[in-house]
Amino acid sequence: MTTTATTPVVSTPAAQARPLPRTRRRTLAPGKRLPASRLIGPGLVLVLWAAASAAGQLDPAAIPAPWTVLRTAGHLWSDGTLSTDVLTSLERAGYGFALGLTAGVVLALAAGLSRVGEALIDGTVQLNRAIPTLGLIPLFILWLGIGETFKIAIIAIVVYIPIYLNLHAALSGIDHRFVELAEVQGLSRVRFVRQIVIPGALPGFFVGLRLGVTGSWLSLVVLEQINATSGLGYLMFQAQNYGRTDIILVGLLIYGVFGLVSDSAVRIVERRVLSWRRTLSN
Amino acid sequence: MATHTEQLTTVEEAPAVRLVGLTRSFDGRTVLDGIDLDLPAGQFTALLGHSGSGKSTLLRAIAGLDHRVTGSGRLAAPERVSVVFQDSRLLPWRRVLDNVLLGTDGKEAAERGRAALAEVGLAGRERAWPNELSGGEAQRAALARSLVREPELLLADEPFGALDALTRIRMHVLLRELWQRHRPSVLLVTHDVDEAIVLADRVLVLDRGRIGLDLTIERPPPRSYRDPLPGGPSLFERSRELGGEYRERLLTALGVTAHQEHAEHQEDHQ
Ligand SMILES: Nc1ncnc2c1ncn2[C@@H]1O[C@H](COP(=O)(O)OP(=O)(O)OP(=O)(O)O)[C@@H](O)[C@H]1O
Ligand SMILES: [Mg+2]
Repeated sequence: MTTTATTPVVSTPAAQARPLPRTRRRTLAPGKRLPASRLIGPGLVLVLWAAASAAGQLDPAAIPAPWTVLRTAGHLWSDGTLSTDVLTSLERAGYGFALGLTAGVVLALAAGLSRVGEALIDGTVQLNRAIPTLGLIPLFILWLGIGETFKIAIIAIVVYIPIYLNLHAALSGIDHRFVELAEVQGLSRVRFVRQIVIPGALPGFFVGLRLGVTGSWLSLVVLEQINATSGLGYLMFQAQNYGRTDIILVGLLIYGVFGLVSDSAVRIVERRVLSWRRTLSN
Repeated sequence: MATHTEQLTTVEEAPAVRLVGLTRSFDGRTVLDGIDLDLPAGQFTALLGHSGSGKSTLLRAIAGLDHRVTGSGRLAAPERVSVVFQDSRLLPWRRVLDNVLLGTDGKEAAERGRAALAEVGLAGRERAWPNELSGGEAQRAALARSLVREPELLLADEPFGALDALTRIRMHVLLRELWQRHRPSVLLVTHDVDEAIVLADRVLVLDRGRIGLDLTIERPPPRSYRDPLPGGPSLFERSRELGGEYRERLLTALGVTAHQEHAEHQEDHQ
């Protein structure tokens, strides 16, 4: 009995000398984020584009070289036309987005926090959502005229729908365990909403917000190409008539930069506000 | 009715909780079938029962959480009631101290919150996020949250069910200490016979909608509980010795025969 017990003890140094087997599991999370990783993809596309242009692989009439596009942008800027168009477009998108954001949040709060509000609002919004918003353009032109108002209205509608849907779902999907907790802790209705319902709904709100931001640019492009007398889309529409692909590319690039910058801004705000979340992304 | 009220005022120590003919049913199935029960103030009571016997239903009724549940009977419970759930139920978007302070007011509240956290051994973790805590730490934070309101009645529904055996023993010691210091009435729902005997002064067994067994646990004076160091094994060991007889009676009331239990132990050791 004693001998069998001591044998393993004697042999432990040898066992320790053996390399330990690898026991750590491979992580399934994507790993640490590369710095400025979101710019790598677009940068690569730019490099390929430049390389192909320099090698003469691209028809300059169909896809002009990056430097041609830059030069055109410079000309347009010094003309003063580009800055006016950019400002006009920004203003439209800005007003439309602000309006849509406000409407989406107010309606979602009203529908998510009261049964009466839900009865009045939710069905109506769902109906509105079923109608393709761009299909409303002719009607809105007749109602509001072909000026700025109808464009802003259309953008606002495109923006408010995803914000409403996501925020409302988040507000009404509040974990019933937290409702119970609030009752036990004797929270007032106002405090329950402020301290539990709204913070709990913020992740859903940000999903809607990002969809709304994307939607505002998307509808802007469509609106400005269909009927406008100024703005980036108008600039591109005119360029099409004269076969100026370089100008069209200038417009597209600016739209792209707008989209990227606004989405990044929302992400930054989101990361700060939801700092309590430890998800795969950080 | 009148005599009843008189009783409540004349009896020296009015019960913290009084249930008279409490009935609860779901979809026509009676879960609680006319329960009469008094919980004296400051008593530590454990509630045992099979899964689905209605322990949580009873606890939720006392906590006033059973909205839209059909039932009858009368129920008197104190105003300041705290509930500890099986999950810690900390709000992930509030730091630990803010979670503890949920629903409290006033300037001294923060101080009391810090003190409660220190009492459960979480001093210095006030600014941590809940998802940075271990399961045991989160449950201790939940205990602190229930204490900070200085409850007259503490209801706990399998609060240690999700913890490992070692953490559970440490939580037992902590809960018992906290109870001795603050003296709320406690109703602890558990499915663990040993846990009930270690912690409670009185053990109830819920069976077919009624209190099937009401067992008072005789203990050595509380002094001897403090003698061993907190967390030391002697509290647990002593109670086990004492509890042997209670254990048998409780298991019988729960319908577990000695033979069945023996078989289970054999399986465990294989
Ligand atoms: N909201 C509800 N709706 C319908 N039935 C319910 C509801 N709550 C509880 N029940 C039923 O009542 C019975 C008792 O449930 P309860 O949760 O009180 O059991 P328990 O003793 O706490 O069980 P466990 O130990 O598994 O937690 C169960 O049969 C359950 O299905
Ligand atoms: Mg239960």
